Amino acid sequence: MSWLRANLFSSWPSALATVAIALLAWKLVPPFVDWAFLDAVWQVRDSRECRQAAGACWAFVAEKHRFILFGTYPYEQHWRPAIATLLLVALWGVSALRRLWRWWLALVWLAGLAAIGALMWGGFAGLPYVENERWGGLILTLLLATFGVAFAFPLAILLALGRRSRLPAVRWVCVAYIELIRGVPLISLLFMASVMLPLFFPEGVSVDKLLRAQIALVMFAAAYLAEVVRGGLQAIPYHQYESAEALGLGYWNRTLFVILPQALRVAIPPLVNTFIGLFKDTSLVVIIGLFDLLTSLKVSLQEPAWTGFGVEAYLFASAVYFAFCWAMSRYSQRLERDLARPGTGLALREN
Amino acid sequence: MRRGLIAQAALVAALALVLGWLWQNAAHNLETRKIASGFAFLWREAGFEIGETGGLAYSAADSYLRALAIGLANTFRVAAIGIVFATVLGALLGLARLAPNWLLAKLAAAYVEFVRNVPLVVQLFFWYALISENLPGPREALQPLPGVYLSNRGIFFPLPGSAPQLAGFNFTGGASLSPEFAALLAGLITYTAAFIAEIVRAGILSVRRGQLDAARSLGMTRRQALRHVVLPQALRAIVPPMTSQYLNLVKNSSLAVAIGYPDLVSIANTTINQTGQAIEGIAIIMAVYLTVSLAISAFMNWYNRRVALKGLRA
Repeated sequence: MSWLRANLFSSWPSALATVAIALLAWKLVPPFVDWAFLDAVWQVRDSRECRQAAGACWAFVAEKHRFILFGTYPYEQHWRPAIATLLLVALWGVSALRRLWRWWLALVWLAGLAAIGALMWGGFAGLPYVENERWGGLILTLLLATFGVAFAFPLAILLALGRRSRLPAVRWVCVAYIELIRGVPLISLLFMASVMLPLFFPEGVSVDKLLRAQIALVMFAAAYLAEVVRGGLQAIPYHQYESAEALGLGYWNRTLFVILPQALRVAIPPLVNTFIGLFKDTSLVVIIGLFDLLTSLKVSLQEPAWTGFGVEAYLFASAVYFAFCWAMSRYSQRLERDLARPGTGLALREN
Repeated sequence: MRRGLIAQAALVAALALVLGWLWQNAAHNLETRKIASGFAFLWREAGFEIGETGGLAYSAADSYLRALAIGLANTFRVAAIGIVFATVLGALLGLARLAPNWLLAKLAAAYVEFVRNVPLVVQLFFWYALISENLPGPREALQPLPGVYLSNRGIFFPLPGSAPQLAGFNFTGGASLSPEFAALLAGLITYTAAFIAEIVRAGILSVRRGQLDAARSLGMTRRQALRHVVLPQALRAIVPPMTSQYLNLVKNSSLAVAIGYPDLVSIANTTINQTGQAIEGIAIIMAVYLTVSLAISAFMNWYNRRVALKGLRA
């Protein structure tokens, strides 16, 4: 009772807001519940049953879930991308545990990615070969994001170091790259990858579309990650640089063993946030027609039987992306809290 | 220092070599594929219609240059309106998150959390499907306010002296937003507002509580204290990150191509498909966005200096 008074009716404006929200909820929530649950269709034999219903057609998702999740991958081989997806998610999950941040985690990743590659391509032990033009759905979204960050990260570190270099030519090249990429929309880079890049390869060399889109995503992510890393570098007190120099360490020793380990540690939470951004941005490949989760949804909606169920389809897509991004953002918030607290092995200065 | 010079010379030389090699490949490929180069195509006839021109004169007989200009005007139109409404909605949401009312604060927080964690393209597709597939036709259009009609053919609202009238299968008179424009605008506003809300909230929280108390103890009313003490200080924390949100909104408006709104990128894309001149087309897109980005940065830096602490200019 006192809680209600303090939090909902503390003043006239507050009480008014509470009443207005309650009224709005009373008007909007019941029709929404009717549409999304009570009148919704969950299973059909024919999509016409959906058209007669007053509620949402979740049967669309139920019916097409294999195609949405795995795209054009051969139907009877769907267990392969399914296992690959689980494996990749598990790798990310394991990497989130701070106690496992050891050098051998890199080996685990290499082994995991090799297994995923073997599974997806096949071509051995009775597994039919599947070329990567046919890969699609959720695994493509996850792979684009994973490789995007894996290749962008080292590039980003070099760019960030370059931007703070004392050598003017190095600095200018890095500034120009970072600002150029950050000044243009990702779509223009994806268009570049899909229509312009083939012109720049020597005659006879063709690089498939998936790889070209991946190059664009790496170029894009590197510029943004570089700024995050630079933020970390700037957070390192100047005496760290001076002490390292006083010990007689050269530039690379100083950077690799004194500065970067501290700078990257500070930059972990914003790095996770940038990764969330990259994960969301992979959805733009729908515009150049790469078969990710969103494209396979869109293609499913083009079937005459299922046109007009866009709202249900995109709510489902939102739910999938939200699940991944929300988990990552919660994780980044927890890391940030731990970072501020000494004694966790993450704080810069242990007291 | 000598090693530094050598390293720099090596970097520049390597870069020049790579770029030169790419350039040579491109020149060779263009020649074998018989693709013209240069910007002469801009003055040729475009030959395609543009769905909406925002009142500017255009026909398929006009040049590519004019088509691109129409696209740029469309980009500006959606971005300018989007920035204004995203700022207003974002500021309201940011304030709502700090409101003493628990319900209001939680609702605003849930909104921000949900919208920020779903890709903008998905949200644009959602809005477009909602408007073009789920709203009724013009004859049964929804009328949330007198004179305002929501239909699958777009949103119609009255202007002074002219109200939308149903004529045949569509409305005439008043002002209208096409489904594509309405979906893009709705998506950009609701998405950017969630980010702006967080900036506004952080900005206000960055002003210490003591500032408000001190102002009140000087005899200022709450409103005066907020207006003259809290707000000017909060703005200093708000303006720089706000710049990048405005830039993001302008860049994100290029997602128009996904739902068929004829912005600069989608018209440049059509141009590339028709002429095959990908390098020039993409160069135009990049040059325009870079110019816009630099212009917005310059303006916001000027504004930031105005609100910054005097004597502490960075």
